[in-house]
Amino acid sequence: MSKILIRGAKVLGGEPQDVLIDGGLVAEIGTGLSAEGAEVVEADGKVLLPGLVDLHTHLREPGREDSETVLTGTRAAASGGYTAVFAMANTFPVADTAGVVEQVYRLGREHGYCDVQPIGAVTVGLEGRKLAELGAMHESAAGVTVFSDDGKCVDDAVIMRRALEYVKAFGGVVAQHAQEPRLTEGAQMNEGVVSAELGLGGWPAVAEESIIARDVLLAEHVGSRVHICHLSTAGSVEIVRWAKSRGIDVTAEVTPHHLLLTDELVRTYDPVYKVNPPLRTERDVMALREALADGTIDIVATDHAPHPHEDKDCEWAAAAMGMVGLETALSVVQQTMVETGLLDWTGVADRMSAAPARIGRADGHGRPVSVGEPANLTLVDTAYRGSVDPAGFASRSRNTPYAGRELPGRVTHTWLRGKATLVDGKLA
Amino acid sequence: MQRHLISAADLTRDDAVLILDTAEEMARVADRPIKKLPTLRGRTVVNLFFEDSTRTRISFEAAEKRLSADVINFTAKGSSVSKGESLKDTAQTLEAMGVDAVVIRHGASGAPYRLATSGWIDAAVINAGDGTHQHPTQALLDAFTMRRRLVGRDAGIGQDLAGKRITIVGDVLHSRVARSNVDLLHTLGAEVTLVAPPTLVPVGVGTWPCEVSYDLDSTLAKSDAVMMLRVQRERMNAAFFPTEREYSRRYGLDGERMAKMPEHAIVMHPGPMVRGMEITAEVADSDRCTVVEQVANGVSIRMAVLYLLLGGNEPAVTHTRTEEK
Repeated sequence: MSKILIRGAKVLGGEPQDVLIDGGLVAEIGTGLSAEGAEVVEADGKVLLPGLVDLHTHLREPGREDSETVLTGTRAAASGGYTAVFAMANTFPVADTAGVVEQVYRLGREHGYCDVQPIGAVTVGLEGRKLAELGAMHESAAGVTVFSDDGKCVDDAVIMRRALEYVKAFGGVVAQHAQEPRLTEGAQMNEGVVSAELGLGGWPAVAEESIIARDVLLAEHVGSRVHICHLSTAGSVEIVRWAKSRGIDVTAEVTPHHLLLTDELVRTYDPVYKVNPPLRTERDVMALREALADGTIDIVATDHAPHPHEDKDCEWAAAAMGMVGLETALSVVQQTMVETGLLDWTGVADRMSAAPARIGRADGHGRPVSVGEPANLTLVDTAYRGSVDPAGFASRSRNTPYAGRELPGRVTHTWLRGKATLVDGKLA
Repeated sequence: MQRHLISAADLTRDDAVLILDTAEEMARVADRPIKKLPTLRGRTVVNLFFEDSTRTRISFEAAEKRLSADVINFTAKGSSVSKGESLKDTAQTLEAMGVDAVVIRHGASGAPYRLATSGWIDAAVINAGDGTHQHPTQALLDAFTMRRRLVGRDAGIGQDLAGKRITIVGDVLHSRVARSNVDLLHTLGAEVTLVAPPTLVPVGVGTWPCEVSYDLDSTLAKSDAVMMLRVQRERMNAAFFPTEREYSRRYGLDGERMAKMPEHAIVMHPGPMVRGMEITAEVADSDRCTVVEQVANGVSIRMAVLYLLLGGNEPAVTHTRTEEK
């Protein structure tokens, strides 16, 4: 393994230092380190972060390779500064057996752009009726620890209780897509002023909040750990805050788009803004930012949801839900959290790397940038300003809500265990 | 400048009054032995109906034919939402055929807006009802009917509906007619009150330019017009209200309730009526009920809209929403 000297990087936004990578590990950190025998990367004051970890990615393989594959998805991840992604289970076939999760895991390893940690389905076929073989998935080569029916809510309270209890045997966590199904029948967007005017079916905040309330109480009752996916409302924040104050073992994630965009954008009827949970109001956005800053919300997760052009180039009601996010997440976080003074880069490293790795038990990721740690690193040019051009995405899909929008920051380098996956903004 | 009619909210007061005045002109054509104008000769208009609506389609078709347009009827019921590409593909097919205007009815809110703004076609787009969003020509024909009845046929020219009190009753939640009427009537200076059980009022109604009441009886005496909305029987199964009979008791219009309305007040209904549920036969058949006039006025209004969008020198109806955003 070759040596790499990253010269003059602001580690976690601190004073510029040199970081030497050797043998896949961080070998030395200091000033004026020798470049002998090492490839030199001039960081010029860019910010060095631990490699990002996404607890919520849709890679679409197997089944929808026209949207994304493990290869294109992990290339997108490397472009966005990620060194590990958790791949959601709603593929075709569903990742509800050891065979499917092992395939996804193996593809990630073979391609080498980013570690892929499969998430297992909670129930067979995501149907919410019968527990999938959670133990077998955990014991497989993929070593699954996170289980989710994402895309669908585990709405049956008994099934949810059993899943929470069952995964305790191997330290697993159930990641809930909180969406009360009856309250969201026909839902097309956030229920409120805009939906009333546009005549689009409303997705009320209470449909999310009622499930979160139920699940934190279930987790408390059975002494388990529950993770709430893509929290999107101010009310959800209050419930999680209450649950944490009570000592309930709950963690929560917010997506970049819920930190930036509001349901006012739906007035364009452009399905690029159609996502589940839907874009909410300005008030919700502000509450989510504050909650991420104060730790009520533990992590940022992308919910990277690639869709082919034809699934978005249609009328709103017919369009697929979801947005791609891996390649823009850090920029959105820089704009909404760092440049607003809500988080510093140490905070970003926690919310986008250390905490998601901890929740997902991704050993070797989310580690401090210090000597002896695996060299999973991301170098960010935080001074960069430019508008988002989806044509340059590594993801196979282009359904980004940020096309043409100016966002700050650009990932220039990503290293996975000391091996460059992104160099000067180009995939290695 | 865009030349579409997507939402009643896109019309200024002057736009709306011009359409109503033009419709009065058009109404005179209906009194002639040969009900035809050469205005749109050589123009092709497509009635693109993804959702069944015989009444609206026939009304547009009559308007188009009276203006001598070439008319193509395209019915594709129920196909669009299951196959997302069909709207775009259909639109581009029509574009290739050189269509000048598309009258679109679609089950998905926003489909006409998408058609007008996505760059799929260049033709003028007229919204003939989209999902639970808008039905602007319905609102215009309702306003036209009100102006004739409450202001006067000739006295109404150039006038709006300032100070008129309009009550709209029933399933506001699912009603594009209610949304369109609230927007247009407000623009025309009328005071609108929506009356419905709380389950049939949308969350977020608080920003609409109207009052909301759950009590029909208390609003009748101060109404110049009461517009009854159709209540679909399937709403009952979705628990929007307990029973048909309870709905009728609280929100149905019968002779007794009609008697509480001022002498001059009219009863309106966009049709088709469910007699016995939202309106009794006694009311539906009374002189005060304008349902049949509304149908006739619908043709005049649609002629006016088509004329102004496609035939007039100055486009009276402009689509402002995108320009604001």
